[in-house]
Amino acid sequence: MSIVIYIAVMAGVTYLVRMIPFTLMKKKIYSRFLKSFLYYIPYAVLSAMTIPAIFYSTGDVLTALLGTVVAVILAYIGLPLIVVALAASGTALIASLLR
Amino acid sequence: MRLGFRRGLIHGIPIALGYFSVSFGFGIMAVRAGLTVMEAVCISMTNLTSAGQAAGVSVIAASGTYIEMAVTQFIINIRYSLMGLSLSQKLDSSFNTAHRLVVSFGITDEIFAVSSAQPSKLTPRYMYGLILISFIGWSSGTLLGAAAGNILPSIITDAMGIVLYGMFLAIIIPAAKKSRSVLLAIVIAALISTVLYYAVPRLSSGFAVIISSVISAFIAAILFPVPEEEEKKE
Repeated sequence: MSIVIYIAVMAGVTYLVRMIPFTLMKKKIYSRFLKSFLYYIPYAVLSAMTIPAIFYSTGDVLTALLGTVVAVILAYIGLPLIVVALAASGTALIASLLR
Repeated sequence: MRLGFRRGLIHGIPIALGYFSVSFGFGIMAVRAGLTVMEAVCISMTNLTSAGQAAGVSVIAASGTYIEMAVTQFIINIRYSLMGLSLSQKLDSSFNTAHRLVVSFGITDEIFAVSSAQPSKLTPRYMYGLILISFIGWSSGTLLGAAAGNILPSIITDAMGIVLYGMFLAIIIPAAKKSRSVLLAIVIAALISTVLYYAVPRLSSGFAVIISSVISAFIAAILFPVPEEEEKKE
């Protein structure tokens, strides 16, 4: 087994699943249902990726939970992405130092 | 406002920071699994994906077959097809085939998240900015993690694990605040994903994301079809 072939297979498959729909789908979708479906997909994907994974993201459920609460509050206020992201991390760091 | 290269770079800063910390962890993991620093960096520069790379390294470490590698990557990364399809409906008219071929390399969870949250059509330049800075964060994090992974205290790398999820929340929560139907889609997806996480622990995270998001977007699309005006805004 060669490491070069392993990497080539990984990169090749990963590129193809990204490239095929994105490059070949040049038509505008007119179906109202399909349009609505694709409109909700980003939010659904992000939500499914975040929950419950966020609670295990720091290796300690308590610090992750505190980071999540801070992120939710700041996101609700409408602060920029970077502020919310770093505040969540900073909260988790402070919480783990105090623990 | 037109989405140019510089805006792409700026919007990519939180992604790059998050990537740096995640790929730092990937670098440490790859070297522990027996790969060289060069090999780890090479994987990051050609794959640009977290879950797929982690799974790939474990296939390599276990001396798995090439078929096993291909199937693993396909299953974990097939969600990118769904994202690519969604993004294909949001492209500026200047997006020709050549641009599509290059930009498709950079469709990741985070780049998809940030670009699909933009109110206007996506331009190739914006996407290049977003992808370039994310690529730099991902590759340099891998390099440092692989070369000097044990220098940074774990208390810091642990806390960095939440950065990207924090960014996701910053995207979905304001959208849910504005629209009840988006809120519904988010809640259903979170519920299904949580049930799958505990009830079917062997299911790959990539598949769990597809199942949860397809069901929830399906329900939301049936109950609340998007009105014509909102489509134009996109």
